[in-house]
Amino acid sequence: MAEQPYDLIVIGGGPGGYVAAIRAAQLGMKTAVVEREHLGGICLNWGCIPTKALLRTAEVYHLIGDAEEFGLKVKGVEFDIKKVIQRSRKVAERLSAGVAHLLKKNKITVIDGQARLAGAAKVQVEKDGKDIAELTAQHIILATGARARTLPGMEPDGELIWTYKEAMVPKTLPKSLLVIGSGAIGIEFASFYRTLGSEVTVVEVLPKVLPVEDDEISALAHKAFEGQGMTIHTSATVKSLNKGKNSVTATVAKDGKTFEIVAERIILAVGIVGNVENIGIKQTAVKVESTHVVTDEWSATGEPGIYAIGDLCGPPWLAHKAMHEGVVCVEKIAGQTGVHPLDVSRIPGCTYCRPQVASIGLTEQGAAEKGLAVRIGRFPFLGNGKALAMGEPEGLIKTLFDATTGELVGAHMIGAEVTELIQGYAIAQTLETTEKELIQTVFPHPTLSEMMHESVLDAYGQNLHF
Amino acid sequence: MPIQILMPALSPTMTEGNLVKWLKKEGEAVASGDVLAEIETDKATMEVESIDEGVLAKIVVPDATEGVKVNELIAIILEEGEDTAALNETAPTPQAAAAPPPTAQAESVPAPDAAKPVATKSGERVFASPLARRMAQQSGLDLTTIVGSGPEGRIVKSDIEAALSGGGAVTVPAAPPVAAPSPAPASVPTVAAAGEAAYSEVPNSMMRKVIAQRLGQAKRDIPHFYLSVDCAVDALLALREDLNAKAPEGEGAYKLSLNDFVVRAVALTLRKVPAANATWTDEAIQFYSSIDISVAVATPGGLITPIVRDADNKGLARISAETRDMAERAREGKLMPEEYQGGGFTISNMGMYGVKEFAAIINPPQSCILAIGAAEQRPVVKDGALAIATVMTCTLSVDHRSVDGALGAEFMAAFKALIEEPLTMLL
Repeated sequence: MAEQPYDLIVIGGGPGGYVAAIRAAQLGMKTAVVEREHLGGICLNWGCIPTKALLRTAEVYHLIGDAEEFGLKVKGVEFDIKKVIQRSRKVAERLSAGVAHLLKKNKITVIDGQARLAGAAKVQVEKDGKDIAELTAQHIILATGARARTLPGMEPDGELIWTYKEAMVPKTLPKSLLVIGSGAIGIEFASFYRTLGSEVTVVEVLPKVLPVEDDEISALAHKAFEGQGMTIHTSATVKSLNKGKNSVTATVAKDGKTFEIVAERIILAVGIVGNVENIGIKQTAVKVESTHVVTDEWSATGEPGIYAIGDLCGPPWLAHKAMHEGVVCVEKIAGQTGVHPLDVSRIPGCTYCRPQVASIGLTEQGAAEKGLAVRIGRFPFLGNGKALAMGEPEGLIKTLFDATTGELVGAHMIGAEVTELIQGYAIAQTLETTEKELIQTVFPHPTLSEMMHESVLDAYGQNLHF
Repeated sequence: MPIQILMPALSPTMTEGNLVKWLKKEGEAVASGDVLAEIETDKATMEVESIDEGVLAKIVVPDATEGVKVNELIAIILEEGEDTAALNETAPTPQAAAAPPPTAQAESVPAPDAAKPVATKSGERVFASPLARRMAQQSGLDLTTIVGSGPEGRIVKSDIEAALSGGGAVTVPAAPPVAAPSPAPASVPTVAAAGEAAYSEVPNSMMRKVIAQRLGQAKRDIPHFYLSVDCAVDALLALREDLNAKAPEGEGAYKLSLNDFVVRAVALTLRKVPAANATWTDEAIQFYSSIDISVAVATPGGLITPIVRDADNKGLARISAETRDMAERAREGKLMPEEYQGGGFTISNMGMYGVKEFAAIINPPQSCILAIGAAEQRPVVKDGALAIATVMTCTLSVDHRSVDGALGAEFMAAFKALIEEPLTMLL
């Protein structure tokens, strides 16, 4: 039975997809979302949110470990990994139900199934091998997301070799863990397991951990992780994995030498690949480059009426980028005026390891590569009253300004709660303030945010508290 | 305290004006209600009255100064008992620097800060990000020449970059700091290249600039379409003659023109077709609740459109008297702003110049303008035979965004019916 045509069908109910659908409904479009597994996608069910729940447990556990420093006496602290996981799942479930409610509230049709393009303006939905619906819509947004990249010969088995998905629901805490890849995902798991007591080794093929961050921040993170007892090998490549009964032996090459690392479990965190398969794009003009769909600044693909957003497309692969892209794409479709394409140089990135890392814009190295003359400001957590009161004296806030125009071109932070601070600089960038407006802004005392002010002052030789 | 006389805003849209001449001299006593000066706005010449009493102590902006910004200091009045020394308490604008500058004044004048919001030539605030301002300043760009692409037209970094990479097309050398506006129009005189015909140059008046800006925008932005109908006006001319013959002498005298009938006919037509009395906006079409008709009047300085308000509730004699009075004052440049601002529909009549027919440019933000040609004797076919009739061709220019073709046609049919059977205007 052919249904009423929709104005918009969104394939994939992750953060990009469901946000695009809500915005479309707000703009009066008859909208449907087709989701094959969980509303909220990876972010909400197997990514951002459940990991934050796990990391919160790790943080609290760590704080209790430092109880004496705060004058508290706590004895016999233990954790129950089952309950830790349970809590994380509950948070995810609650939010997924929340997304369902939001879609319902906005009168968006949600279809449970696997969707594929089936000719012009047509979408075929299949469930358990059976066709369950054929939908038509003038506009179709592909938001099928991405999944963990695997390496040949090191395929995850769900038992000994994990991806993020298994790493999020361990049955027991592994005594030892090898994390391959030190991007945000790898490092967050490394941080979680290390804090709970696993022996953690991180192998990174690039010369530094958190490779997208500023060198100075990466170096501080590296030192902090080692201080927590992690073993880190950078510029190192895992050549092979040999599975034993309850452990895996990894052969690692570094500086022309090879050595072995034995760990109970392996986490593969070597990037992602776009979910471009089985969505019916082969017969269309949609272009795919290295597993991601190619789009223009308005998320249009080569095929009229077909758009793509989020992790399915180019980097950065972040939920907030997907959401913003979805809104821009829908507003453009609806013919709204004053819509601006997403400026990827103004997207903040956050990693919730301990200490936290957050950044936006150009790194010092990036500026040098562009030949941009910059003024750099720094302020350490050590000089901030609130940081000391919190017992968090480790960290740094670094700012970069275009030396000529005073544009805030980059900000890089490491330390407690910096993921909550970075938005201040994001607003500054979007409003295009110069150092002047930031210097004139009153930051409340005593807060961590004062360091953001001092870092700017330092870039212009006016720092007051260090 | 000395009283500062500031350049008044004589209409809501006025941002600057020309100071034509002072009617009081320095040192002359001023009473409340006295006319101090004449000011030319974009539409009319107006008088500035004093609301204070005292002595006109200092004229800051001299006669015949163009482009004086609203709220700029133009003169200082001293109250009784104050002596000229008190003048020093008032920080004059830089234009007052021509007078011997009191030494104490220097401190009270804020140093011009180039990074401050820059006023446009028309005095409007420019919305630009701090970064865009600084980049413009550093590269010598005039922000007023740049079109912003940010929210609400805010000028952002990418606009400056586009202007810089786009070459000199939209850029002019940076104006001097804001605090020192040049009294002369900012336009740079064009020099005729060798071999070109010689010409003389008349600087554009405020009125010409407004006409250029508004009508240019209208013709560019409004999707115009045009509907012409021929109206037989023999009956109307006969009725007019009849009515004029019955006009009393003295009090209540009138002399109806053909145009007065057109105004009345349009007003009554708009009652029947209220959808043509509208304004297009991006969000909604606004339908006016009253029928206010703008009547185009040629003046030596340019076109102006005084308004017959609630025209559908006014009789022919009243319409006639009002339009005659406003047209006269319009030619003298003495209309009050409220007399020409607003209106939902415009009539432009070129019949008296012998123009057969023409298509007018819509007067924004209205949706329609009716162009009236000359009423002239033309051969017509009546009942299958050639005959002579007095015919007037009327052309309606319509904004297709707000008024569709069928609606425009409905308007013209209703209008034609009223004109051809003028007695129905009494109904």
